[in-house]
Amino acid sequence: MSKISQLFNSSIGQKVIMSLTGLFLCSFLVIHMIGNLQLFKGDSGMAFNTYAVFMTTNPLIKTTSYLLYASILYHAVKGLWLAARNRKARPVKYAMSQANANSHWTSRNMGVLGTMILVFIVVHMSDFWAEYKFGHIPYTKYTTNILTGELTSEAMPTDYVQSKKLEEYMVGTDTKVVIVKDLYKEVSEEFQNIGLVLLYLVAMFAVSFHLYHGFQSAFQSLGIAYDNYKGIIKAIGIWGFAILIPAGFAAMPLYFYFFKS
Amino acid sequence: MTSPRLDAKIPGGNISEKWTQYKSTVALVNPANKRKLEIIVVGSGLAGSSAAATLAELGYKVKVFCFQDSARRAHSIAAQGGINAAKNYQNDGDSTYRLFYDTIKGGDYRAREANVHRLAEVSASIIDQCVAQGVPFAREYGGLLSNRSFGGTQVQRTFYAAGQTGQQLLLGAYSALMRQVGYGTVKMYARHEMLEVVTVDGKARGIIARNLVTGELERHFGHAVLLCTGGYGNVFFLSTNAMGSNVTAAWKAHKKGAFFGNPCFTQIHPTCIPVSGDHQSKLTLMSESLRNDGRIWVPKKAGDTRKPIDIPEDERDYYLERRYPAFGNLVPRDVASRAAKERCDAGFGVGASKMAVYLDYASAIERYGKVEANKQNLVNPDKATIIKLGKGIVAEKYGNLFEMYAKITGENPYETPMRIYPAVHYTMGGLWVDYNLMTTVEGLYALGEANFSDHGANRLGASALMQGLADGYFVIPYTIGAYLAKEIHTNPISLDHPAFTEAEQRVKGIIEKLINIKGNKSVDHFHKALGKIMWDQCGMARNAEGLKWAISEIRKLREEFWKDVRIPGGAMEVNPELEKACRVADFLELGELMCIDALNRNESCGGHFREEYQTEEGEALRDDDNFAYVAAWEFHEGYEWSLHKEDLVFENIKLTQRSYK
Amino acid sequence: MKITLKVWRQKNGKDSGRFETYQLNHVSEDMSFLEMFDVLNEQLITENKEPVAFDHDCREGICGMCSMYINGRAHGPWEGTTTCQLHMRAFNDGDTIVVEPWRSAAFPVLKDLMVDRSAFDRIMAVGGFVSVNTGNAVDANSTLIPKEDADNAFSAAACIGCGACVATCKNSSAMLFVSAKVSQLALLPQGQVERKDRVRKMVAQMDAEGFGSCTNTGACEAECPKGISIANIARMNREYLGAAILPGN
Repeated sequence: MSKISQLFNSSIGQKVIMSLTGLFLCSFLVIHMIGNLQLFKGDSGMAFNTYAVFMTTNPLIKTTSYLLYASILYHAVKGLWLAARNRKARPVKYAMSQANANSHWTSRNMGVLGTMILVFIVVHMSDFWAEYKFGHIPYTKYTTNILTGELTSEAMPTDYVQSKKLEEYMVGTDTKVVIVKDLYKEVSEEFQNIGLVLLYLVAMFAVSFHLYHGFQSAFQSLGIAYDNYKGIIKAIGIWGFAILIPAGFAAMPLYFYFFKS
Repeated sequence: MTSPRLDAKIPGGNISEKWTQYKSTVALVNPANKRKLEIIVVGSGLAGSSAAATLAELGYKVKVFCFQDSARRAHSIAAQGGINAAKNYQNDGDSTYRLFYDTIKGGDYRAREANVHRLAEVSASIIDQCVAQGVPFAREYGGLLSNRSFGGTQVQRTFYAAGQTGQQLLLGAYSALMRQVGYGTVKMYARHEMLEVVTVDGKARGIIARNLVTGELERHFGHAVLLCTGGYGNVFFLSTNAMGSNVTAAWKAHKKGAFFGNPCFTQIHPTCIPVSGDHQSKLTLMSESLRNDGRIWVPKKAGDTRKPIDIPEDERDYYLERRYPAFGNLVPRDVASRAAKERCDAGFGVGASKMAVYLDYASAIERYGKVEANKQNLVNPDKATIIKLGKGIVAEKYGNLFEMYAKITGENPYETPMRIYPAVHYTMGGLWVDYNLMTTVEGLYALGEANFSDHGANRLGASALMQGLADGYFVIPYTIGAYLAKEIHTNPISLDHPAFTEAEQRVKGIIEKLINIKGNKSVDHFHKALGKIMWDQCGMARNAEGLKWAISEIRKLREEFWKDVRIPGGAMEVNPELEKACRVADFLELGELMCIDALNRNESCGGHFREEYQTEEGEALRDDDNFAYVAAWEFHEGYEWSLHKEDLVFENIKLTQRSYK
Repeated sequence: MKITLKVWRQKNGKDSGRFETYQLNHVSEDMSFLEMFDVLNEQLITENKEPVAFDHDCREGICGMCSMYINGRAHGPWEGTTTCQLHMRAFNDGDTIVVEPWRSAAFPVLKDLMVDRSAFDRIMAVGGFVSVNTGNAVDANSTLIPKEDADNAFSAAACIGCGACVATCKNSSAMLFVSAKVSQLALLPQGQVERKDRVRKMVAQMDAEGFGSCTNTGACEAECPKGISIANIARMNREYLGAAILPGN
């Protein structure tokens, strides 16, 4: 067996791939977060909708997104497989266990948290990604006066279609028109459903707890958790990935539910 | 005159050339023949692991047996303080001769010169070998090895790894052993206990071992058998030995014709945690290295019940510093132990039982604190700062020992002096061996603590590790050639040979007999009773009357044991009570021999203190004219022993009254 | 003190096992946990019952033989303490204490509280050593080793091989044990020559023994009686990756 295939077959090698895919997903979360912040822009969704087009057409992003889907699948499937195998390593369970005395509960429940996140991803993708890609989302026309910055939007007729995802043209010298699928509207309508909002909130808690352990754990698995920067890894893991990012994402459904109804 | 049965085979020539000469002339076994020769090693401590690994490296086929679940658990692992070697890295005047001299003198002139000199010669190579294996000895900031001093010496020749030197050395030897196991040159039998030596035509040819998991008795052949089975301190029930440490392998060998040398020479270690109650199952040593910095004292007033910190300086009796100004708290173990006993017997003892003395770190903490404050350039630091810094340094040096003390006693030794009392620790006596480490049974060897050879009547600190590894790494690989070179034509003996059958039957008989007694008392009951007799009559102080009484009591106890012991469970399963019973049965015989030996030796020397033979100041009074010999006892059926003497000839060291004043 | 003990009893590896409850009425707080078991066994022998089999030897916390899962924790409630060093003052009068064997597929139960940890030996036999035959060594002081490296190597080498890490880990992973040896030798110049080969072989054997994989919960470090750090696990991961990816053996 070559050294590399031995690596991938070993328990350590499998953990390494778990951490690499995990960190890749973390980096996606950062991008996704930054992009989605445009929901808060107050431009009736023009920036967000334009960004959605960019994300679904740019060849580099598209390629990366396939890698991303593969990573999600691998991370989820392998994670569950490892969890199952690890359970087998202790066929007879302890009658009494005080695991809280020695470890944080998040670290012991990565499989459960991960499964919750997986369920969420499926709902999330079918609600927005699939709807955007295959469903019928009406278009909106944004008209901007470039001199004054004044922006108006108007929904296109429901049977309106266009060949390009984004039509952009000038009317005269000072008015820019953009016609684009209005994903923003879809978002704001979906988040009027209290059930969905709650699902998102629960999911973001799961993301928070998953990453509370997962981010730091990835560096440990990769063997780069040296004492010198263990502190900074921990800080980024907790403040960045367990608090800021889930809080940011959670703010979106809340924002629409409470302020955009 | 030396008994004709005891040929020590000491090579001729000048003491410093004997070993070199020997090595160049001893018979060799060629590599092709080594592959055909099988060696059985019983015990996997320092001596056993190092011997097995080295012999396998040389090409012999080796089998190793240990009763623990892994070779790494042998009790060598518990040695704390360090290992001596005449490296003279500290430039303080150490040399092979000085280590040789200190060891002979420390042993109160009851060890064989040639063996001890060889030990001193190979000591340096042990350190080299261990370092090469990756043993993480303590180092100085410059990256060189660090040393400390131990009792009975005035140089710093002790190498150490915090308070876990034995652990690190054993894991080194264990790793060498496991390497050979991985190569298939050593076959390891853990959870196996040797219960009989098999002899054919007077030569050791194998063993009978009990598989402690299945209970099966197994026959194993070997061209030679090495017993590396440690000491028999557990005959006292309470000792610093591991619970499983036992004399069984050595005792079976003894009953098969191996003479037992100086059985009464027992080392009582001065710094152990005192007994706390009847439930006590073993005693815990506080490393001798603590005497480097700690000061030992009792109150000047008998029966003083004040807390130790409330007793002012001028009302404390630092009795070791008072009696032995030259060595102070670092006198040899036998001297320190006896001095503690003397104070306690006189009514100055401390603690609830009054059978303890203080080991005080207050002044060391202050001293280290000041040094550290200087290092950190603190000007006029207050007392609290000094104490805090000092505690840090003490924790770095002895932290694990202090923690252990706190766990066991519930007291904080950084704040209040530790209470200590002597306890049985090591047995200098053991199977008599010649210069080749062969017992009086041909092909049967004894290494390490299991033999009698190097420590005389008292062992110096940090010398046990040295001897175990010397025997295993550097002595036996040469000396075994002298025997095996003659054995190359001996084919493996069939396991169906009558000698094997007969030996197995004997073991089976004993086990069945034990199980079928179905009496009323547990094995521990007898073990405790034996221990009490031994400790009271054959412990730190002995006298003729007590020893005679002890002999008759032990005989009675032994009879009662064989009538009234109760062993639940069967022979063909995991049965710890049966294991204990087999061991205690042997202790009950050994105890008697120890008393006989102590009674025979009408002198005081080292750890053997006969109350009838002492100086006016209460020091041990040796009788070199009549007792400068090794007492080697031969076993006869019906618990009779005959004495054979090996005269100790001192050609290089002049016998003097040992003085540490 | 009065103590109620719920102890796992299992005749042998084939038996399925069950808990038995015992009452001890005269337990002293100065007793060690194992001395309390001595008292229990003495009581059982008097009642003509079979005593509880458990592994123990040195009873001073260094041989690594004792191995009890006490009230849901390996070696019980005290930090940095083996079962034999745990003392009864850790408990209160009237307490019920649940005692189980180490549980792991790689550590099959032999009887009652005794388990078979020979998997550790087999891992050591494939690479937990420096290949130096006796007599080959150069002078000990000819290799300088920075004090910090020596101290770190020592901290890793302090592992007693008790298996509490495996017992505690929710995955029964042996990473802490294996990484302690890998780290010790990786930190020292003596271990460099076989560095890559060693970690590859030891990890392969560890996997073959049926231990689970590490999920970095840190439970092993928290329960290790010798305080072996999971920084060793990170180091082993690094060593292993390096051994697979970088050129050379």
